[in-house]
Amino acid sequence: MTSYQVTRPAAQDTVAQARETPDRAQPFRELGLTAPEYDRVTALLGRRPTDAELAIYSVMWSEHCSYKSSRRHLKQFAEKAPQTGVLLAGIGHNAGVVDIGHGYAVTFKIESHNHPSFVEPFQGAATGVGGIVRDILAMGARPVAVMDALRFGPADAADTHRVLPGVVSGISFYGNCLGLPNIGGELAFDSCYAGNPLVNALCVGVLRPEDLKLAAATGPGNKVILFGSRTGPDGIGGASVLASASFGGGAGRAGGEGAKRPSVQVGDPFMEKLLVECCLELYRADLVVGIQDLGAAGVACATTELAAGGGTGMRVRLDAVPLRDSSLGPAEILMSESQERMMAIVAPGDEESFLQICARWDVQATVIGEVTDSGRLEMTWHGEQVVNIPPGSAADDGPVYDRPLRRPDSQDSLQADDPARLARPADGAQLRAALLAVLGSPDAADKKWVTEQYDCYVRGDTVLSAPHDAGVLRIDEQTGLGVALATDGNGRYCQLDPYAGTQLALSEAHRNVAVTGARPLAVTNCLNFGSPEDPAVMWQFAEAVRGLADGCLALGTPVTGGNVSFYNQTGGVAIHPTPVVGVLGVHDDVRRRVRTGFGAAGASVVLLGHTRPEFGGSLWAWVAHRHLGGLPPAVDFAAEQRLADALVTAAASGLLDSAHDLSDGGLAVALAEACLGGRTGCTVTLPGDPFTLLFSESAARAVVAVRPGAEQAFAGLCARGGVPAFVIGVTGGESLRVNDLEIPLRELAAAHQAPLPALFG
Amino acid sequence: MTSRIGVVTFPGSLDDHDARRAVERAGATAVSLWHADPDLHGVDAVILPGGFSYGDYLRCGAIARFAPVMTELIPAAAKGLPVLGICNGFQILCEAHLLPGALTRNRARRFINRDITISIENTASAWTGQYQQGQQISVVLKSGEGAYVADAETLAALDAGGLVLARYAAGNPNGSVCDIAGVTNEAGNVAGLMPHPEHAVDALTGPGDDGLGFFTSVLLHGVIAAGLA
Repeated sequence: MTSYQVTRPAAQDTVAQARETPDRAQPFRELGLTAPEYDRVTALLGRRPTDAELAIYSVMWSEHCSYKSSRRHLKQFAEKAPQTGVLLAGIGHNAGVVDIGHGYAVTFKIESHNHPSFVEPFQGAATGVGGIVRDILAMGARPVAVMDALRFGPADAADTHRVLPGVVSGISFYGNCLGLPNIGGELAFDSCYAGNPLVNALCVGVLRPEDLKLAAATGPGNKVILFGSRTGPDGIGGASVLASASFGGGAGRAGGEGAKRPSVQVGDPFMEKLLVECCLELYRADLVVGIQDLGAAGVACATTELAAGGGTGMRVRLDAVPLRDSSLGPAEILMSESQERMMAIVAPGDEESFLQICARWDVQATVIGEVTDSGRLEMTWHGEQVVNIPPGSAADDGPVYDRPLRRPDSQDSLQADDPARLARPADGAQLRAALLAVLGSPDAADKKWVTEQYDCYVRGDTVLSAPHDAGVLRIDEQTGLGVALATDGNGRYCQLDPYAGTQLALSEAHRNVAVTGARPLAVTNCLNFGSPEDPAVMWQFAEAVRGLADGCLALGTPVTGGNVSFYNQTGGVAIHPTPVVGVLGVHDDVRRRVRTGFGAAGASVVLLGHTRPEFGGSLWAWVAHRHLGGLPPAVDFAAEQRLADALVTAAASGLLDSAHDLSDGGLAVALAEACLGGRTGCTVTLPGDPFTLLFSESAARAVVAVRPGAEQAFAGLCARGGVPAFVIGVTGGESLRVNDLEIPLRELAAAHQAPLPALFG
Repeated sequence: MTSRIGVVTFPGSLDDHDARRAVERAGATAVSLWHADPDLHGVDAVILPGGFSYGDYLRCGAIARFAPVMTELIPAAAKGLPVLGICNGFQILCEAHLLPGALTRNRARRFINRDITISIENTASAWTGQYQQGQQISVVLKSGEGAYVADAETLAALDAGGLVLARYAAGNPNGSVCDIAGVTNEAGNVAGLMPHPEHAVDALTGPGDDGLGFFTSVLLHGVIAAGLA
């Protein structure tokens, strides 16, 4: 924010001055507000805003904080929510909270940090992790694991070599130092992400339902305590300037974005670790009435949301905020996105105990104000009033836009470009080459180069992590109660059909949780799109939200919360619509979890689900022909549910040795991964057209290895459950054999494991 | 009466939880020790767990070495109290000069989280008595600064004294000199190990249970066994 002048404490714009100088020009456009939005602020206050008030409205009414373009659509998640009774806190809170039984609740959420990660990959990604962890912490939960869904430009592009290693090391640095296991995620490449990488971070936390905390400043007279790091000039205007606007021209060049670099925050995971342990001790001592993390829009967001959430007012002394840079004035303090800060509402009698616990953890804590019953958020700067607004006007009553949307004309020709016309492998040798090419493509290749940089073991409750289909965590050591989590998204499918593509992402995450043996329970999402001011993008967005809401209703898994990231475009070119869907499932006993890789030799290999010739948006079409056209695979939620039911029952009964979801790259990639994951080969016979069976990406499918002796029981289970089951082979040997094609595991492993290290060193 | 094994929590310790669980799994009582409390509370042995004590600021382990708890631990170790430093704990023991050498950045300049095989080279220490000489075990390596370095004189002394506790088998993951994964002092009571045995105490959540031997070894070690008798 180079345009925003640092002002000295003496020269502050006060409420009194705002009344006296109604016509003073203010830099609202530079702060990201439109003229009608600025007029709305003026009308609302009955005067021009002070500089500090303008700062509050500019960040709170930013797209990032206000969801002004998405809100009209997102309400479908609540309107169409299946009535499951598991939701303890839903959309609108820092994160959704789900009751998983046995006295435990789980909170989880996924959030984007796309723009900062392009401008400054290491810090952008690191603070993305930090931010989502504080969201989870603010619900009263102990954060227990993280995941990340990443998209970058072409794997061999020069800028990808700047962005990817930085992002991965940022996630590694922050998550590892925080002591949170990284249990999975995604990594994909496409030129549409070259100037707009996607860095979506998920965190999951555990709490007792009675310990749930809310962001509400209740009880007039209660103290407002700011604790954690000092406030500095970092990230000022991050929500409005960085996250709520497109990057300018010069696509793919970071240099031109240098001016935005000061808008990226700098993370200190050591302070965050202290903050986590400190908060958990404060919760145990029952010293917290309400709590909010400071993320986007910093103090402005925390104070307005806490006061609005409590239906109260608040008096805040901004000059009491501990600073890292003493030249900061009220507007900068309000907008700063300095990391590792929290704000708590504390009863006056508990103030001393609160401060003592903070001192024990070397966490600075300062009383900066009180809750009032005035219904006004009043802030002073050295005794003079610089803010006096109704808190809800900033937090809840921002502008809501009904953006025009229009299905682009090009959609028809895109969908008419049927992949059926593409040349297919003609013989066994070509089929073999195609399998190795798809398996070795950056999207399907082994992600160990990335996941090896993440600690997956810390806390000792990680039952499954990457490269398994879902991460699985033990919650209760006695009973074995646990959860599974998977995130999925497919920009190619969504480009072809955003409604179906989003439903396919949901289907896949649902399936990935179920293959481990977990019962899918609830959904979070991160919706990554281009500019909402482009009607074509807005149409994609509306379709995606409608698809997800309809899908969640069909599957009986409510959306618990999520995040929207717009303006993922450089110049006029938007990314593929990329909703990333996270599904949480419950394991009654994690000791019954099913692994992705084949176990012992001699198990029958069974393909579950119907395979149709569906190649639209497939990995094969992309790798073999750089083709993206036609329609994505058909969505079938009834089949997904039947498949999930069968997998969960089979896992609980101990019938399965392994289970792997079929998605990108179809059966070919799934079989190869199952062989490599378990270091056990297999011999498979495919009837009819082996190409379609190997590379189609039909949904609602999985490949399982059935424990010897359990074949009949499993076949009966599938028959009763209406799940098509085809015995296609048996595990064992040192190679993957499909009909007359044989690939030694060594060769398979080389094709799978070599690409990322070769690209990134 | 069961043995009481202390696990120190520094600001930024991360694997303290896991170390306590491993201690309990081995049949001992885990006692939480706090960095700011200069009192070992009469424990029979101490584990300095993995993590990023004090954010690894300055240098890994450099600040933790001056924590109040260390003012008691250092003389107690000199008198024979069994002490095991894992990962960051190993770095702290080197900084405190209870063990020779130092840990530096991995050869590849990246954090490595990987299941690895180490070979136990010294079974006389307080922490390795339950293993066979040369036994290969699966444990977890997860560190950014795990490359062991020491001068030629120190390395010669380690070799001559048989003080290399464990070496990386099946490849050197981080560039440690002479494949050294852990060392012990001459008395055998103080041991430092870069990989994490506490993450390998249960096949459900780790690569197996090969790491449990470190925690059962110390319970059967002479000093503790004699104290309990």
